[in-house]
Amino acid sequence: MNRTARLVVFALGAGALAVLFVAALLKMPAFGADVHPYRDATMIAALLRRAPNVVTSINFDQRGLDTFGEETILLASVVGATTLLRPGSDERRRTPPGDGRMLHATRLAGYVLLPVTLIVGADVVVHGHLTPGGGFQGGVVLATGLHLAYVAGRYPALRRLRPLDWYEYGEATGMGAVVALGIAGLVAGAGFLANILPTGIFGSLVSAGTVPLFSVAIGIEVASGVVVLLAGFFEQDLAVRLRPKEDVA
Amino acid sequence: MTALVLIMIGLVAVGGTVVACTGDPKRQAVTLSVYGLLLGVLFLLLAAPDVALSQVAIGSAVVPLMVLLAVRTVRAERARRR
Repeated sequence: MNRTARLVVFALGAGALAVLFVAALLKMPAFGADVHPYRDATMIAALLRRAPNVVTSINFDQRGLDTFGEETILLASVVGATTLLRPGSDERRRTPPGDGRMLHATRLAGYVLLPVTLIVGADVVVHGHLTPGGGFQGGVVLATGLHLAYVAGRYPALRRLRPLDWYEYGEATGMGAVVALGIAGLVAGAGFLANILPTGIFGSLVSAGTVPLFSVAIGIEVASGVVVLLAGFFEQDLAVRLRPKEDVA
Repeated sequence: MTALVLIMIGLVAVGGTVVACTGDPKRQAVTLSVYGLLLGVLFLLLAAPDVALSQVAIGSAVVPLMVLLAVRTVRAERARRR
């Protein structure tokens, strides 16, 4: 496609988007207005199920099916990306090089922040129904926190912290737990992923019914999935080399 | 509050433009990370801390890391195949 054709395609797309965008903006309620029908509906539903954090109540209870779909998409993308990143027939695995050269300050910061980040991540997962956060955010914090071992300059250390098999099992277990939770709702006669457990006392750690269970399952799945995904990139970059010519024949 | 929100919207607009105008993907990963942080602060000001957390974790940490690793893999691949 030459430059003119590309510009024409862009102008068509941008023009259509601009028209739709302006049309949508004209019909929107004013910024910061007082009337929010969805807020009122979800607030009541969340409070009835004893979940102070309404956003998590929507994600893991009121619209649990949407979250289930999103996590399935994440699982499929991780599987697809790792399939693409596996060593080809003309490549072989090798031992990755040891530690690179790093500023001592960077190394220290990496090692000090590693446990802190892991604790924060676990906290965000477990308290999803009480404070901002939940399985998805906490899972990503856990997975990125682990990679501080690499920021500290040691890929072999990251590899030891990250027995990849276990993260693959973790990803499957997390997703499987969500499916099991959904089927439990069906068996109880309340519907797929319905909140079937007692909701407990408002604001306590074990409350809001299935919301914390769903959140922890998603946390395991997301943390493992992101680790497996990044591991695919790291291994391809550091631990895979072209097979020497004589080997191929 | 509204003034703060307006300032952040302005900063986000500037940040987005800088990301779009950065040519080299390696540098773009860094500007994208800063842009993600600005967007996170804006979400926080608009009373959406859950979205802000996701934005900072994904937009400022995971995506730039993936971009950098992908750029490195592609470069190494090109150097090898030459």
